[in-house]
Amino acid sequence: MAQRVGIVAVAQTKYHPNRADANEGELAYEAIRQVLQETGLGFSDDGDGISSAVTCSQDFWDGRTISNLNVMSYVGAHLSHEDKVAEDGVNAVYTAMAQVLSGKHDIVLTVAHMKESQGDKSIIENAAFDPIFLRVLGLDFLTAAALQAQRYMHRYGITAEQCAKVAVKNRGNAKRNPYAQEPMDITVEDVLKSKMLASPIRQLDAKPVSDGACAMILASEEKAKKLTAKPVWILGVSNCYETHYLGDRDLADCNALVKAARKAYGMAGVSDPLKELDLAEVSEEYSYQELLWMEGLGLCGRGEGGKLIDSGVTQMGGQLPVNPSGGMLAGNPNGVAGMARVAECVLQLRNEAGDRQVPGARLALAHGVTGICGQLQAVMILGTS
Amino acid sequence: MANRVAIVGVGQTYHRSTRRDVNQQEMVGEAVRAALADAQLSAKDIEAVFTSNMETFEGIYLPDHLMVDEVAAFGKPGLKVCTGGTSGASVVAEGFHFVAAGLFDLALVIGFEKQDTGDTTAAITASVTPVWGKGVATGAIGEFAKQALTYMQRSGAKEEHACMVRLKADRGACRNPYAHLRLGLKSVEEIMKSGYLVWPLRLLDFCPQSCGACALVFASEEKARKMTNKPVWIADLITVHQEPFRAGSFGDPTGLETYTQEVAAEKLYKRNGITNPRRDICMAEIYEPSNWEEMSLYEHFHFCEKNEGWKLVEKGITEIEGEFPVNPSGGVIATNPIGATPTIRVAEAALQIRGDAGEHQVTRDVHTAVATALGGPNWTVMTLLKRSL
Repeated sequence: MAQRVGIVAVAQTKYHPNRADANEGELAYEAIRQVLQETGLGFSDDGDGISSAVTCSQDFWDGRTISNLNVMSYVGAHLSHEDKVAEDGVNAVYTAMAQVLSGKHDIVLTVAHMKESQGDKSIIENAAFDPIFLRVLGLDFLTAAALQAQRYMHRYGITAEQCAKVAVKNRGNAKRNPYAQEPMDITVEDVLKSKMLASPIRQLDAKPVSDGACAMILASEEKAKKLTAKPVWILGVSNCYETHYLGDRDLADCNALVKAARKAYGMAGVSDPLKELDLAEVSEEYSYQELLWMEGLGLCGRGEGGKLIDSGVTQMGGQLPVNPSGGMLAGNPNGVAGMARVAECVLQLRNEAGDRQVPGARLALAHGVTGICGQLQAVMILGTS
Repeated sequence: MANRVAIVGVGQTYHRSTRRDVNQQEMVGEAVRAALADAQLSAKDIEAVFTSNMETFEGIYLPDHLMVDEVAAFGKPGLKVCTGGTSGASVVAEGFHFVAAGLFDLALVIGFEKQDTGDTTAAITASVTPVWGKGVATGAIGEFAKQALTYMQRSGAKEEHACMVRLKADRGACRNPYAHLRLGLKSVEEIMKSGYLVWPLRLLDFCPQSCGACALVFASEEKARKMTNKPVWIADLITVHQEPFRAGSFGDPTGLETYTQEVAAEKLYKRNGITNPRRDICMAEIYEPSNWEEMSLYEHFHFCEKNEGWKLVEKGITEIEGEFPVNPSGGVIATNPIGATPTIRVAEAALQIRGDAGEHQVTRDVHTAVATALGGPNWTVMTLLKRSL
């Protein structure tokens, strides 16, 4: 990249199963207010203020056509540039970065918000499937994920215990994250005894319903250095689409993730991610996904996701802690999840992650996923230098 | 400044009220193939794909994921933006940002809507706040009736002037093979006879619901100069979104007029040294949901003085052969596939600069053109295109 883009401030709400006390805008503003206060910035187009906002939400989940209209009064972009990215939050950060690199905007606010408590997950997700051939099957992202989990476990001999270990690890990590919704002391047996949702995915293999918001401010290299003593740089980023029809894919593969990761690593000059990265934050809506995404990200060989979790490499204190925040399993709304992954990386790289700090973290990976069985994959590499 | 960005390919579908012969993704694929053919590229040349529509109009969640194969996005980066009526221009802005940023050299930018599979007015009504907005939500027709009335009262324009705008649009549409409504209207009386939707808006005063898609190929400067001798440069663009409860927005019973157009136009003109828009810009493709709106937009974009928009119509200044042609394509009252509508404005302006608009090519030599979008609670996006930089 010709020049660098820095993240100068991040904020999140505490993730919660039902924020009936706040509407989408009020929820978003809890995060927005913090980044504005931290940086002292406001909107202006004179070059010294925020000149653009990238919001991130879904009309379907909000039950509102033009869901950004919903939060416009809280975002503060009145009479400014504002666009809404209708994908996972990593893509909103990617878009904000492109705006800065384009030279059109020096300082950009991005915010993702979602109140899952207000929507019916199954009905909404069913509307993402081909209306003629697939919707009638009653598929939603959970049942599709169950098909993917079955295929992945069958092809590589991944066990339910290995998947359960992800849930145990991430919900355990969440105990040290004040933003997490479901910090839990659980065992593999607890996961295996929890209610079956869609075989082989059980209640504790799945993320809970969650409400919350995440906001951050991105700036050009020059402005970032003025705005904070601890800028975190976006060193590489890409995303990639997989095809829609499940029958056209081998669900045990994640080729889109492989491609996105390869490009992001290339931009960041990362050749051996397992060695070079200090931590990874990945979006695992279901426990098996963390194992599969590890393979896609090249952090282990194909089919070795199970071995990786068994080895303890991804535990706190391991060679590459994965999801020190607790990940999606500890509770993040869809769409916000990817931005929450970026936010956690920023906190870790700024040495501000409190009890869950990965000592001396300098290079981190944030991963976001949108759609059916990881149809749109996004990877971002962040660093301090 | 980062890379310059050019439009090197333009494609659109024909537009109809219903397209029973294709599904959403097949329809969008038609525009993509047309744009690739125009750019003399194949799908594998495209590096990233940016899409936009209003998902709730068709009831398909994540439609960009559904159409990956048809829009050349398989195994490639891309994303979807969604900002209401301005969607098709917001996606132009974001596609521009990604190419200008140096992240891609060739990108597809796509707007689409297939309104025969949904209920647009019901979905627009769902844009207001559920707590205090639902009771007064009227969809688009009521809103633009209010604005038409306000314009009539303040400017002294007569219903005849609105009819003349419609006649101009229809003359353009009849010369544009892609236009939806090509009615062959002959007289003001014919339009006056069409029934009222919401007074003072008549059926023929307002935009239709269309199915259609429009795709553009964006290229970095280096690529563009190698590929074509007729690149159309995106010289500048500006987005001005406002809070929903500001003037003129859905649910505001006062009918006050918006001013995001003025804010956008003034900033854009200043940045680009445009002091006399009708001289410095050669033509405009504007997003006019009604013929009344077109006259009021002339004023907001400073194409004329306040309250004189209808005089431009009376003098024929904005005709295809006029001094400052506006919407030679027939505009939005002829063709309105909502998510594609602003993208079509950019596409048509680009064709005019290239001199490739065919029968609706304007008489004036076009070296600079502006495309505008309108949406949400009167949000504005403007794109300034040039033949050379």
